[in-house]
This record gives sequence, C-alpha cells and structure tokens, in this order.
Amino acid sequence: MKRSVRTGLLYLALVALYLLHNDLWLWNDPGLVLGLPAGLAYHVGFCIATSIVLTLLVLHAWPSHLDREAGTTREETR
Amino acid sequence: MTLAVIIGYLLVVLVIGLFSHRFFRGTSEDFFVAARTLGPFILLISLFGANMTAFALLGSSGEAYMEGIGVFALMASSSGLVIPVVFYFIGTRIWALGKRRGYLTPVQFFRERWGSDNLGLLLFVVQVGLLIPYLLIGVMGGGSTLTQVTGGQVPDWVGGLVISAVVLTYVTYGGMRGTVWVNVFQTVILLALGFIAFWVIIDKLGGLSAAMARLAETHPDMLVRGDHIKPLQLLTYTCIPLSVGMFPHMFIHWLTAKNAASFRPVIAFYPVCIAIVWVPSVLLGVLAHLDFPGLNAGAAGSVLVKMISLHAPGLLAGLLAAGVFAAIMNSFDSQVHAVGTMFTQDIVRHYGFHDRMGEKTQILVGRLFMVGILIATYVLSRFVDRSIFKLGVWCFTGFAALFPVVVAAVFWKRSTKWGAFASTVSVIVLWIWFVSQGWKTGSTTIGESGVMPVAVMLLVSTAAMIVGSLATRPPEAATLDKFFPKAER
Repeated sequence: MKRSVRTGLLYLALVALYLLHNDLWLWNDPGLVLGLPAGLAYHVGFCIATSIVLTLLVLHAWPSHLDREAGTTREETR
Repeated sequence: MTLAVIIGYLLVVLVIGLFSHRFFRGTSEDFFVAARTLGPFILLISLFGANMTAFALLGSSGEAYMEGIGVFALMASSSGLVIPVVFYFIGTRIWALGKRRGYLTPVQFFRERWGSDNLGLLLFVVQVGLLIPYLLIGVMGGGSTLTQVTGGQVPDWVGGLVISAVVLTYVTYGGMRGTVWVNVFQTVILLALGFIAFWVIIDKLGGLSAAMARLAETHPDMLVRGDHIKPLQLLTYTCIPLSVGMFPHMFIHWLTAKNAASFRPVIAFYPVCIAIVWVPSVLLGVLAHLDFPGLNAGAAGSVLVKMISLHAPGLLAGLLAAGVFAAIMNSFDSQVHAVGTMFTQDIVRHYGFHDRMGEKTQILVGRLFMVGILIATYVLSRFVDRSIFKLGVWCFTGFAALFPVVVAAVFWKRSTKWGAFASTVSVIVLWIWFVSQGWKTGSTTIGESGVMPVAVMLLVSTAAMIVGSLATRPPEAATLDKFFPKAER
C-alpha cells in the first residue's frame, strides 16, 4: 500500500474516532461491563483504541522530513 | 505520620532538582530548554506531567461526584484523542522550527513568522495573562490541600509558602533540566498513587462489583450521563483540549525534544496515561456517594481527601497528599519556568538588549524573573478571592480559542500578521464577554444549550484569521522561505 494511502486511511481513522467519541447510544445505559458502568467502560476502550490508531500513525505516517529539516544549520538571526 | 510523609516527599523532590544541576552546561539553551536533549521516555512523562494539574486528582473526583461517570468522556477521553493529535500535527513541527531557528519561546516564533513586534507583544500579554490564574490556583490549591490532609494542623498559608519555596529552589537552580527531572519523578508518583489509593479504598468498600451494585441502588444517575451532561456539551467540549497548542509551557516543553522521533511514544501512549490517572479518580468520585451523600459543589472538591481520611488514614493520606503536591507542582513549575523564560527572552532580551545578550546574563535574568514571579504569585494568593478558581476553567477556553493562530503559523503560507491580529483580538473580546456572562449566570455553556463558548470563539477566531489574511497583502517570499522549506512547498 502506498504511503499516501496509508496516511490518508489513518487520518480517516482519527476522524472516525472523533465521531465515535460521541456515544449517544450509551447515554442512559445503566449496565455494567467488566465491572464498570457501560458509559465509562466504552470510553476506557476508546482510549485504548485511540492509542492503537496513534501507534499506527507514528509508525506508518510519520513526518520523517522534520528531522532532516531541523538538522540544517541554524540561521544565526539573533 | 501524614506530615512526615509529605516532608519526606518534598525533600526527595528538592534533592532531585538540585542534583540535576550537576548536568548543567552553563548555556541559556540548557537553562531554558534543557539544550534540546530530551529523549522519548523523559519527554512523554514530562509533557504528560506538565499538562496534568491537581484537577486530574482532586477536581476530577469532585466533578464526578457532582456529574457522574460522564465526566470521563467529557474531560478525559476527549483529551486522550485531541492532545496527542495536536502533538503530532503541531508539536513536532514547532520542535523542528524551534531547533532550526533557535526559538526558546512561542512569542519569538510568532513574532518572526509574521514579522511583527506588536503581534508578539500582544500574544505575550494574552498568554501570560491567561496563565496567571493557574499560577495562583497552584499556590492556593497546595495550601488548602495541606490543611485538609493534616486535619487543620498546618495553616493554609504555610502550604502555599512551602510549594513556592520548593519550586523556587529547583526551577531557578536547575532550570528546565531540574524542572523535567522533578516532573518525571512526580508523574510516576502521581500515576502510582492514583492506583494505590483506588485499590485500597475499593477493597474497603467490599470490591468494585459490590460497590457498584450498591451505587446502582442508591444513586443510579451517577452511572449514566443522563441529564448531567448534554450531547452538545460532549461534542463541543472536545475543543477545550486544543488549548494545549497555545499553552506557553507546553510549547517550551516541545522545544526540549532531542529529535522528532522523541514525540512518537508521547503521541502513542498519551491516551492510556490519561485513562490511568482519570479512571480511579472518576470512580472514587462517584463511589463517594456511598460514604458522603449530599455534599455541595464546594465540599465535593475535596471528596477524595475525605475518602482517604475515612478508609486509609495515616500513611496513605500522606502518600495521597504527596500525589496531589506532585500534580500541583508538575504544572506549576513548568508554568513558572515558562513565564520567566518569556519575560527574559521576549521583553528584556528583545526590547532591552535588542536580542544581543550574553549567556550568563540571560540565565541570571531568567532566574531573577522566576524568583520574582513566585514571590508575586505567593503574595497575590494571600489577597485574591477564591473565586479565581472559577476563572481557571475559562483560561482553558481562551488558550483553545487561540488555536487557529498556531495552525495558521505552521501550515498556512498565505496567513498574515493582520489575520493573526484579527484572530487574537476576536478571542480577547469574546473571552471577556463570555466570562462576564458566565460569571453572572454561573453557567459554562451558552444559554444552557450545552454548547461550550469555546466552540463559538474558535469559529469566530478562525474566520477572523482567514478574512484578515485574505484581505491584506500576502507575506513576502523571503519570509516563507524561512518557515516552509522548498521541499514542502
């Protein structure tokens, strides 16, 4: 898969996560999941899912040009 | 026992801060941004710690007591997504620009990016102005926490004085390296103590399942969002963590990274770190209804201390107090360091020395400013009304609404200083208006609709940036060459 496609898909995953953050369907769910209230368990899972997507992002869509740019000689402007 | 644990903890903090000085290279870059040498692990812990205030421990449990488990979605998991995304898109690029051009403060960057001293001065005033309430809250919160956990043995003014004195010692002596070393230690303490306090109390309550079953019978509304939080509030609250893009202390922390790759674990693990700190605090906050039903909002703010005192007095109370001090000092020291750095670099060096100032003089002036800021903060904290705590929430809104300024500076080549002026002025005007309205009504959303004012302010400041830029002359090619390497253009 091309790098630009991978990057695009990962950016889309971030948008999807943003939408999934608004879990309206659990708003009044009083059930327990793994001992936690469903609305809380969902958002703990959300944090883990976010971590996974961000891990993929830094592995497959890293702006590697930044280190090269920063490595250039600092301009003595001051 | 409690007091002995706290004193022991503060001594350890002092020793770490003072020991860091052995690695001091004697340069201003080392004093202000730790010579840009921080690796991945240290950067993760120090950035996380600098962004975690006492609110993550005490405030979150108090909010959860009042509003239920929805507080986690509102304030924690939203930050878990937005903050690392800001690090990825903005933080890494600011680091690269800072390293290439030698920036030590956000104002240096904005001033040069748009070639305007006046814009730099305006942003200096706004950023420092919005940070002052946090400094006061840090000192005042430390004082009141010490009083609570020692059962009134230690008066309020002593706690604030102790925090100020400890921070003054290691920040002025160790500079950014001292601040970061202490931050790492304190963040580890904070993460560990959150878990320890949680398990000890849950055990005393008969286990998590039993405690949840009891809560479901007596306070079922705490286990759902229900009417406590509105859907629009959940949606628009996600704008608040954008504040991390304009916090001067976070900006300066970005500049401490050794290389761009150092940001990788920060970005990947930040959401999990947020969950580790917030889940125990939120759960203890809602479960506090079992032992302390019917508290008002003011009393709920110290509900975690009450739980500890009831279920695990003595050693654990002392450790919890150490954890709270860790949370307070973690952000407080970074903010003091940031304000001192900005006064030194953006005012004294730029206007007094026309950017020609010796290394030793910069360090000396930086230290003097940091001492002055701490003394002024402590003295002010003795006179300021406690309603300043309410202002703290609004400061997040102000920083978040300025987010279009940093986005345009980093990504939008066509942006101009007039666009940045328009955006900043719109934030100032709307912030004053919303704060005055919120102060009167006590509401943090617009007309009780659930829409956070920050969402409106962001829209307006974005529009102001676009219109102001497009209506004025494009920036010169020479300026763009400095900030957008040709490979990227």
